Amino acid sequence: MTTWQFLLLALVAIAALGWVFRAVGQSVTGNAPFYRDMPYGVAFGYVLAVAAILGSVWLYLQEGAVFFRWAVQGLIGFSVAAYLFRLLGQSVGPEAMRKLFRQMPLTASFGILVIIIYAILSIFAGPISPLFIAGLGIAAVVLVEISRRSSTTEGHQVVVMIALLTMALFIIMFFVGPLAPHGQEEVFPRANIVPGGDVALGGDPEFPLGTDQIGRDILSRLIYGAQNTVGIAFATTCLAFFLGGTFGFLAATLGGWLDQILSRSVDVLMAIPALIFALLLMTIASVWAPRLGIPLTFFMVIIIAVIDSTRVFRLARAVGTQIVVMDYIEAAKLRGEGLPYLIFREILPNATAPLLAEFGLRFCFVFLTIASLSFLGLGIQPPLADWGTMVKDLSQFINFAQFAPNIAAAPLLAAGAIALLTVAVNFVVDWMLHRTSGLKE
Amino acid sequence: MKSVGGIILQRLALGLLTLFVVSIVIFVAVNLLPGDFAEAILGQGATPEAVASIRRDLGLDQSPITRYFQWLGGAVTGDLGNSFAQANFASFAGTETGSGLGSVATQIAPRFANTMFLAMVTAAIAVPISLILGVLAALYRNSAFDRATNIFTLSSISSPEFFLAYILILFLAVLNPILPSLSNIFDGMSFSERLERTVLPALTLTLIVMAHMMRMTRAAIINLLASPYIEMARLKGIGPMRVIVRHALPNALAPIINVVALNLAYLITGVVVVEVVFVYPGIGQLFVDSVKIRDIPVVQACCLIFAAAYILLNLTADILSILSNPRLRHPK
Repeated sequence: MTTWQFLLLALVAIAALGWVFRAVGQSVTGNAPFYRDMPYGVAFGYVLAVAAILGSVWLYLQEGAVFFRWAVQGLIGFSVAAYLFRLLGQSVGPEAMRKLFRQMPLTASFGILVIIIYAILSIFAGPISPLFIAGLGIAAVVLVEISRRSSTTEGHQVVVMIALLTMALFIIMFFVGPLAPHGQEEVFPRANIVPGGDVALGGDPEFPLGTDQIGRDILSRLIYGAQNTVGIAFATTCLAFFLGGTFGFLAATLGGWLDQILSRSVDVLMAIPALIFALLLMTIASVWAPRLGIPLTFFMVIIIAVIDSTRVFRLARAVGTQIVVMDYIEAAKLRGEGLPYLIFREILPNATAPLLAEFGLRFCFVFLTIASLSFLGLGIQPPLADWGTMVKDLSQFINFAQFAPNIAAAPLLAAGAIALLTVAVNFVVDWMLHRTSGLKE
Repeated sequence: MKSVGGIILQRLALGLLTLFVVSIVIFVAVNLLPGDFAEAILGQGATPEAVASIRRDLGLDQSPITRYFQWLGGAVTGDLGNSFAQANFASFAGTETGSGLGSVATQIAPRFANTMFLAMVTAAIAVPISLILGVLAALYRNSAFDRATNIFTLSSISSPEFFLAYILILFLAVLNPILPSLSNIFDGMSFSERLERTVLPALTLTLIVMAHMMRMTRAAIINLLASPYIEMARLKGIGPMRVIVRHALPNALAPIINVVALNLAYLITGVVVVEVVFVYPGIGQLFVDSVKIRDIPVVQACCLIFAAAYILLNLTADILSILSNPRLRHPK
């Protein structure tokens, strides 16, 4: 129990030092207001912070603290990258975007940077077909043409710039080739290659992160995991929004018995915890899937989308009922506009801000649910590479952390990849909510 | 107008009704399975007689409505049916009905107690810490401390449970062997031993639920700081800590109690993944195992228990927020 005694002693020392710090400050500066009005808690906080920083530096210099060093390096690296990214955003691009970047806290720019990196990884993980690029080009031309006719000159410039950048990115990446060095299902004859690429230790420079138990390249599977896990979660969230948004707005505009039926059934569905209900339905789907010849992953998308659409329904209905009583809706109704016009041209544009913030939060929730299901072995099925499954498969390696930190890092990398994205999205949503609500405290 | 007792009674009735409808949903969902258990158990070489015999023994030959009410009646009296996985089908040759089947209730009861123990340890750690941190964050709002806690809680809230669990295992069990990484609990263990093995899963769950409670406490207190009586207290010359603890906190209690209850309800879902990571013998792990082997009666029962606990905690949150709000207690 010496560790606990040491910690207790350190705490007492910090408490005493806090008092000393304030007293010394008062006498040295001749009772300056800063020290005179300082509550004891604040003094304690200052000393605690200094102690924490010193402790971290000491730990960083220790021989055995490999993981701590990695964590600190990662944190500093990401902070610097986010700072540079914000600097870049502040100095290039149209004025509106530069202004946005100037107001942005570091956490939000970190979030946007991470989201962009994940998007690029997930889109360019595998080879891209030239046909897809051609289709994208046509879509870009159509979009630019539409924006030229309907929006302002500045908006048009932004659209043109985004379209050009996207096309350039796709064409460059087409020649660079897929980001993943190997296929996600490719099995190599040597299993359990040690990460690090050092031949003397049992590594292989061709597999920088090594191979897993049956000989698949872990780096490639991590990169493909971005495509599968993020892509499937994104598609599920879109489906959930489509379902929940449609029914929510319908319930809000039509009201009456339709509203009652939909709302009460949503109440019942929301009374069952989401993960539990998803597991129950996945049991049933896992029996049906082989009989119907439809992949289980497809069922999972539908099940999670339906469960999550109940939350979207609640929000869409609440926002919709607030908008429906407005005068401009009354005016549109008197003009004789139909239901589609009311929903798409009157309600939807006024409900975009809360729905967009909700989309970010829902995406995190869906992403975590899918990762949890996969971790439990009931989500995305092999041979598709997926982070949740990878964590489960590689988790035993954590026990080697003392002798071989490289090996133990593999499952944490996959789990960390999940955490990093949700943290990033949450930071961005937090900032967006803060901005739109005008909360400055 | 309705009295507070009336409102509470109404909420209770609504909760019971919800539970009833949820039990129907669970039963219908399970009955969407193709074929039936008798065929599934016997596999390819099933003779029609054997299938009919097992169906009769399990009561599968009755109509779904009869079976539903039998199941519901059993569940209310604590009899949750028999587990298929532990069935001994040799006994079906005889005339005794279902004698070789392990009862679901005996399987669930000890595990339910374990899960409740884990949840209580978590609550005992999480609630005080998050309240203290929330008050401190409100006291030193917009300081470096506030920002650091904000980033930390936002990160822990958005990490998957298993990531936090493995990080804790890495640092507290593998690199510095302070706590055991496996929480295998069995009967006859001493309380301190049991507690030691529960600490790591409880810490993981704490990290998950703490963030919500802390942020809510902070927001609820800050909301009140603009009110006139806080201004008055400050003008009287009371210190900032005392203003918050004596004047703001009691009035912010309603949303805080609400969020504590809701987070305990959230624990119920979080518990599944955490129990699997730590091999903790709770109801969540039983649920996942039964889902994998499609042991339907156990899945059904676990689902019902989870839903009941969830509804009950939400109901508690509802009632407590009514009780703690004088405007709801004395409606005009």
